[in-house]
Amino acid sequence: MATKTFPVEASHILMFARSVGDDNRVYADADYAKTTEAGGIIAPPTFAQASAQFDPDYFLRPKIGQPWFGSGKNPTGINRAPGGGGGGGGGGGLHAEQHFEYHRQLKAGDVLTATTFPGKTWEKEGRRSGKLVFSESVTEYRDQNGDLVITARGVGVRTERPVEQK
Amino acid sequence: MALSAKNLKVGDVHTAKLVEDLKRTQIVQYAGASGDYNPLHTDEIFTTKVAGYPSVFAHGMLTMGMTGKMLTDYVGDARLTKYGVRFTSQVFPGDDLEAKATVKALTEKDGVTLVELDVSTTNQNGVEVLSGYAEARVDA
Repeated sequence: MATKTFPVEASHILMFARSVGDDNRVYADADYAKTTEAGGIIAPPTFAQASAQFDPDYFLRPKIGQPWFGSGKNPTGINRAPGGGGGGGGGGGLHAEQHFEYHRQLKAGDVLTATTFPGKTWEKEGRRSGKLVFSESVTEYRDQNGDLVITARGVGVRTERPVEQK
Repeated sequence: MALSAKNLKVGDVHTAKLVEDLKRTQIVQYAGASGDYNPLHTDEIFTTKVAGYPSVFAHGMLTMGMTGKMLTDYVGDARLTKYGVRFTSQVFPGDDLEAKATVKALTEKDGVTLVELDVSTTNQNGVEVLSGYAEARVDA
C-alpha cells in the first residue's frame, strides 16, 4: 500500500487536456467554466492517471543520479532492463485495462490523497505474445475532506515476448 | 449540453474522429502531462532495438483520454459516473482513430437517470484498439 498527495491544479489540467486533444474550455478558461454546470475548472475523465507525477518512486520517470533504461549513447542506459517482460525486457509491462468510478466530479483546487492496494494476479496464454501475467491494483482517491472522489482499477500485463502485430 | 433521457433510446450511436495521423510529438506531450515517461512511447531506438517493437506506440491512456473527449462532448461536462476500458490493440504514430458510443440501457438509481454506453475505438484498418463502457447522469 502506497499513499501520496496529489494537488489538482488548473495549469496541470490545461496541459493534460491539450495532450489528449481536448479543447473544451471547461478545462482551460476559469471565467467560462464558472458559467457552466461544472461551476469551475474541472479535470478530464482520465486525469487521475497523472497522479504519477506526484509519486516520488514512480518507476517510469527518470530520476536524478539514477540509471535510466531508455537510450542515450547506447540503446539502453542499463545492461539489463528492470523486471523483465514488457516486450522483450523493456518497460516493465503494458497497460491492459483501466477503470474509473467517479463518486463526484474532480475539480481544480482539490487535493487528493491516493492510496493503492494490490489486487489479484492471473496468467493466460496469449496468441500474439506468449505467456501473459496480469496484475491488478486499485487506487482510491480521497479529497481534502477525506471523501472518496474516484476509485481507479488498473490491470497491467507482462508479456513473454513483444506483441506480434496483426 | 447534457443529454436528456427522453431524447435517447437503446441503440443510439454517437461517433467522433479522435485523431488523424497521430504524431510522435502528441505522444511526447502526453508523456509530459501524465508523467508516464516509459521509453516505449517516445524513444524509437530503445523501442526497436531493445524492446523489439516496430516503432514507439501510444500510451493506452492517451487513447483512453482521447476517447474520453468523445464521451464528455456527448454526455456533457461533469456527468460521467463510470468509464472503463480494455486496451485491445496497440496504437502507433500515423494512426487515425475514431470512437463510438452506443446506448446500451437507460436506468434509474436513487432518483437519478443514467445512461449506460458501450464504448469502442478503432483505427484506420477497422481494428478495435479500445473496448469499454461508460455510465453518465442524464436529465430526465
